[in-house]
Amino acid sequence: MTESILVNIKNEFDIVLARQKGREVSKKLQFGGVDQARITTAISELARNIYLYAGSGQITIEILHENGRKGIKIIAADNGTGINDIRMVLQDGYSTSGGLGAGLPGVKRLMDTFDIDSTVGVGTKIIITKWIR
Amino acid sequence: MRIPILKLKDYLLVSIQVELDDQTVLTFQEDLLDKIKATSAKGVVIDLTSVDMVDSFIAKVLGDVIVMTSLMGTKSVVTGIQPAVAITLIELGITLDNVHTALDLEQGISILSQLLEV
Repeated sequence: MTESILVNIKNEFDIVLARQKGREVSKKLQFGGVDQARITTAISELARNIYLYAGSGQITIEILHENGRKGIKIIAADNGTGINDIRMVLQDGYSTSGGLGAGLPGVKRLMDTFDIDSTVGVGTKIIITKWIR
Repeated sequence: MRIPILKLKDYLLVSIQVELDDQTVLTFQEDLLDKIKATSAKGVVIDLTSVDMVDSFIAKVLGDVIVMTSLMGTKSVVTGIQPAVAITLIELGITLDNVHTALDLEQGISILSQLLEV
Protein backbone atom coordinates (compact mmCIF):
# COMPACT_ATOMS: atom_id res chain seq x y z
CA MET A 1 0.00 0.00 0.00
CA THR A 2 1.49 3.30 -1.03
CA GLU A 3 0.14 6.25 0.80
CA SER A 4 0.93 9.73 -0.32
CA ILE A 5 -0.13 13.16 0.84
CA LEU A 6 0.18 16.20 -1.36
CA VAL A 7 0.23 19.75 -0.04
CA ASN A 8 0.20 22.63 -2.50
CA ILE A 9 2.40 25.47 -1.29
CA LYS A 10 0.97 28.81 -2.33
CA ASN A 11 1.19 30.90 0.81
CA GLU A 12 2.78 30.90 4.26
CA PHE A 13 -0.12 29.03 5.86
CA ASP A 14 0.54 26.12 3.52
CA ILE A 15 3.99 25.87 5.15
CA VAL A 16 2.24 25.19 8.48
CA LEU A 17 -0.12 22.71 6.83
CA ALA A 18 2.78 20.82 5.20
CA ARG A 19 4.66 20.46 8.47
CA GLN A 20 1.50 19.41 10.35
CA LYS A 21 1.00 16.63 7.78
CA GLY A 22 4.64 15.65 8.23
CA ARG A 23 4.20 15.51 11.99
CA GLU A 24 1.02 13.39 11.63
CA VAL A 25 2.67 10.88 9.31
CA SER A 26 5.90 10.63 11.33
CA LYS A 27 3.88 10.15 14.52
CA LYS A 28 1.79 7.44 12.85
CA LEU A 29 4.97 5.70 11.70
CA GLN A 30 6.16 5.85 15.32
CA PHE A 31 9.28 7.88 14.75
CA GLY A 32 10.89 9.01 18.01
CA GLY A 33 10.20 12.51 19.28
CA VAL A 34 13.50 13.98 18.06
CA ASP A 35 13.09 12.45 14.60
CA GLN A 36 9.54 13.82 14.43
CA ALA A 37 10.96 17.28 15.12
CA ARG A 38 13.71 16.75 12.49
CA ILE A 39 11.19 15.68 9.84
CA THR A 40 8.76 18.49 10.67
CA THR A 41 11.55 21.07 10.61
CA ALA A 42 12.96 19.78 7.32
CA ILE A 43 9.51 20.00 5.70
CA SER A 44 9.07 23.51 7.05
CA GLU A 45 12.40 24.60 5.56
CA LEU A 46 11.71 23.06 2.14
CA ALA A 47 8.16 24.45 2.03
CA ARG A 48 9.47 27.90 2.92
CA ASN A 49 12.10 27.68 0.17
CA ILE A 50 9.34 26.92 -2.33
CA TYR A 51 7.27 29.86 -1.09
CA LEU A 52 10.22 32.28 -0.96
CA TYR A 53 12.08 31.39 -4.13
CA ALA A 54 9.57 29.80 -6.50
CA GLY A 55 6.30 31.34 -5.28
CA SER A 56 4.48 28.03 -5.44
CA GLY A 57 5.06 24.31 -5.63
CA GLN A 58 4.21 21.02 -3.94
CA ILE A 59 5.30 19.03 -0.93
CA THR A 60 4.55 15.32 -1.24
CA ILE A 61 4.87 13.02 1.77
CA GLU A 62 5.17 9.27 1.20
CA ILE A 63 5.52 6.27 3.47
CA LEU A 64 8.36 3.91 2.60
CA HIS A 65 8.48 0.14 3.19
CA GLU A 66 11.68 -1.65 2.33
CA ASN A 67 13.05 -4.94 3.67
CA GLY A 68 10.93 -4.70 6.79
CA ARG A 69 12.05 -1.13 7.44
CA LYS A 70 9.74 1.83 7.48
CA GLY A 71 10.53 5.36 6.55
CA ILE A 72 9.27 8.65 5.25
CA LYS A 73 10.01 10.33 1.96
CA ILE A 74 9.37 13.99 1.25
CA ILE A 75 9.46 15.47 -2.22
CA ALA A 76 9.61 19.23 -2.59
CA ALA A 77 9.00 20.31 -6.17
CA ASP A 78 8.59 23.67 -7.82
CA ASN A 79 8.64 25.22 -11.27
CA GLY A 80 10.65 28.23 -10.16
CA THR A 81 13.79 29.72 -11.64
CA GLY A 82 15.94 26.78 -10.56
CA ILE A 83 19.29 26.88 -8.82
CA ASN A 84 22.30 28.01 -10.81
CA ASP A 85 25.06 26.56 -8.66
CA ILE A 86 23.88 23.63 -6.54
CA ARG A 87 27.29 23.24 -4.91
CA MET A 88 27.04 26.80 -3.59
CA VAL A 89 23.61 26.36 -1.94
CA LEU A 90 24.86 23.21 -0.24
CA GLN A 91 27.57 25.19 1.54
CA ASP A 92 26.95 26.16 5.14
CA GLY A 93 26.20 29.81 5.62
CA TYR A 94 25.08 30.44 2.05
CA SER A 95 21.91 32.51 1.77
CA THR A 96 20.36 34.77 -0.82
CA SER A 97 17.65 36.01 1.50
CA GLY A 98 19.52 37.38 4.48
CA GLY A 99 19.01 34.40 6.73
CA LEU A 100 15.36 33.81 5.96
CA GLY A 101 14.52 30.38 4.77
CA ALA A 102 16.65 27.39 4.92
CA GLY A 103 20.07 26.34 4.78
CA LEU A 104 19.80 23.29 2.60
CA PRO A 105 22.89 21.92 4.40
CA GLY A 106 20.82 22.05 7.58
CA VAL A 107 18.01 20.07 5.97
CA LYS A 108 20.58 17.56 4.77
CA ARG A 109 21.87 17.09 8.32
CA LEU A 110 18.36 16.55 9.69
CA MET A 111 17.59 13.70 7.30
CA ASP A 112 19.17 10.36 6.22
CA THR A 113 19.28 11.09 2.51
CA PHE A 114 19.10 14.28 0.50
CA ASP A 115 18.90 14.51 -3.29
CA ILE A 116 18.52 17.65 -5.32
CA ASP A 117 17.82 18.11 -8.99
CA SER A 118 17.52 21.60 -10.37
CA THR A 119 17.42 23.05 -13.85
CA VAL A 120 17.61 26.77 -14.44
CA GLY A 121 14.34 27.97 -15.95
CA VAL A 122 12.58 24.67 -15.24
CA GLY A 123 12.49 24.19 -11.48
CA THR A 124 13.85 22.35 -8.52
CA LYS A 125 13.10 18.97 -7.00
CA ILE A 126 14.45 17.93 -3.62
CA ILE A 127 13.88 14.44 -2.23
CA ILE A 128 14.68 13.69 1.40
CA THR A 129 14.14 10.49 3.37
CA LYS A 130 14.41 9.29 6.92
CA TRP A 131 14.20 5.71 8.19
CA ILE A 132 13.01 4.52 11.55
CA ARG A 133 16.01 3.40 13.56
CA MET B 1 -3.75 34.58 15.65
CA ARG B 2 -2.14 36.65 18.41
CA ILE B 3 0.21 35.41 21.10
CA PRO B 4 -0.91 36.76 24.49
CA ILE B 5 1.62 38.85 26.40
CA LEU B 6 1.02 39.03 30.15
CA LYS B 7 2.38 41.65 32.52
CA LEU B 8 3.59 40.63 35.98
CA LYS B 9 5.10 43.48 37.98
CA ASP B 10 8.09 44.70 35.95
CA TYR B 11 8.10 41.68 33.64
CA LEU B 12 6.29 40.59 30.53
CA LEU B 13 5.55 36.86 30.26
CA VAL B 14 4.94 35.13 26.96
CA SER B 15 4.07 31.47 26.70
CA ILE B 16 3.84 30.35 23.11
CA GLN B 17 1.09 27.72 22.89
CA VAL B 18 0.06 27.93 19.25
CA GLU B 19 1.38 26.44 16.04
CA LEU B 20 3.54 29.29 14.75
CA ASP B 21 2.91 30.56 11.26
CA ASP B 22 5.07 33.31 9.80
CA GLN B 23 2.49 36.05 10.27
CA THR B 24 1.83 35.14 13.91
CA VAL B 25 5.55 35.34 14.68
CA LEU B 26 5.95 38.67 12.94
CA THR B 27 2.87 40.12 14.66
CA PHE B 28 4.26 38.90 17.98
CA GLN B 29 7.50 40.75 17.27
CA GLU B 30 5.65 44.06 16.96
CA ASP B 31 3.19 43.34 19.78
CA LEU B 32 6.00 42.61 22.23
CA LEU B 33 7.91 45.80 21.44
CA ASP B 34 4.70 47.87 21.68
CA LYS B 35 3.86 46.24 25.00
CA ILE B 36 7.35 46.97 26.37
CA LYS B 37 6.86 50.62 25.44
CA ALA B 38 3.35 50.73 26.89
CA THR B 39 4.22 49.05 30.20
CA SER B 40 7.87 50.18 30.67
CA ALA B 41 8.69 46.54 31.38
CA LYS B 42 12.26 45.84 32.49
CA GLY B 43 12.35 42.18 31.58
CA VAL B 44 10.74 39.65 29.23
CA VAL B 45 10.45 35.86 29.47
CA ILE B 46 9.53 33.99 26.31
CA ASP B 47 8.58 30.42 27.21
CA LEU B 48 8.82 27.75 24.50
CA THR B 49 7.80 24.74 26.62
CA SER B 50 4.85 23.94 24.33
CA VAL B 51 6.72 24.55 21.09
CA ASP B 52 7.69 21.30 19.38
CA MET B 53 9.33 22.75 16.29
CA VAL B 54 11.45 25.82 15.59
CA ASP B 55 12.57 26.25 12.00
CA SER B 56 15.13 28.76 10.73
CA PHE B 57 12.53 31.45 10.10
CA ILE B 58 10.98 31.25 13.56
CA ALA B 59 14.45 31.15 15.11
CA LYS B 60 15.51 34.20 13.11
CA VAL B 61 12.45 36.24 14.13
CA LEU B 62 12.78 35.19 17.79
CA GLY B 63 16.50 36.02 17.80
CA ASP B 64 15.75 39.37 16.17
CA VAL B 65 13.01 40.29 18.63
CA ILE B 66 15.38 39.63 21.51
CA VAL B 67 17.97 41.97 20.01
CA MET B 68 15.20 44.52 19.48
CA THR B 69 14.04 44.31 23.11
CA SER B 70 17.66 44.78 24.13
CA LEU B 71 17.91 47.89 21.93
CA MET B 72 14.95 49.24 23.85
CA GLY B 73 16.76 48.59 27.12
CA THR B 74 14.91 45.47 28.23
CA LYS B 75 16.44 42.14 29.27
CA SER B 76 14.96 39.00 27.74
CA VAL B 77 15.24 35.32 28.54
CA VAL B 78 14.04 32.36 26.46
CA THR B 79 12.91 29.39 28.53
CA GLY B 80 11.70 25.83 28.10
CA ILE B 81 13.43 24.89 24.85
CA GLN B 82 12.60 21.19 24.41
CA PRO B 83 15.39 18.62 23.83
CA ALA B 84 14.13 17.86 20.30
CA VAL B 85 14.06 21.57 19.48
CA ALA B 86 17.60 22.10 20.83
CA ILE B 87 18.87 19.18 18.72
CA THR B 88 17.18 20.28 15.49
CA LEU B 89 18.30 23.90 15.91
CA ILE B 90 21.95 22.88 16.21
CA GLU B 91 21.67 20.44 13.29
CA LEU B 92 20.13 23.21 11.22
CA GLY B 93 23.14 25.35 12.10
CA ILE B 94 21.33 27.86 14.32
CA THR B 95 23.06 28.75 17.57
CA LEU B 96 20.99 31.70 18.90
CA ASP B 97 24.11 33.41 20.23
CA ASN B 98 23.68 36.17 22.78
CA VAL B 99 20.28 34.86 23.86
CA HIS B 100 19.85 34.25 27.58
CA THR B 101 18.15 30.92 28.19
CA ALA B 102 16.84 28.99 31.18
CA LEU B 103 15.32 25.58 31.75
CA ASP B 104 11.90 26.82 32.76
CA LEU B 105 9.85 29.91 33.56
CA GLU B 106 10.88 29.93 37.21
CA GLN B 107 14.61 29.90 36.43
CA GLY B 108 13.99 32.43 33.68
CA ILE B 109 12.51 34.86 36.19
CA SER B 110 15.43 34.39 38.55
CA ILE B 111 17.94 35.01 35.72
CA LEU B 112 16.04 38.18 34.85
CA SER B 113 16.23 39.46 38.40
CA GLN B 114 19.98 38.75 38.42
CA LEU B 115 20.46 40.55 35.11
CA LEU B 116 18.51 43.55 36.36
CA GLU B 117 20.34 43.82 39.68
CA VAL B 118 23.63 44.82 38.04
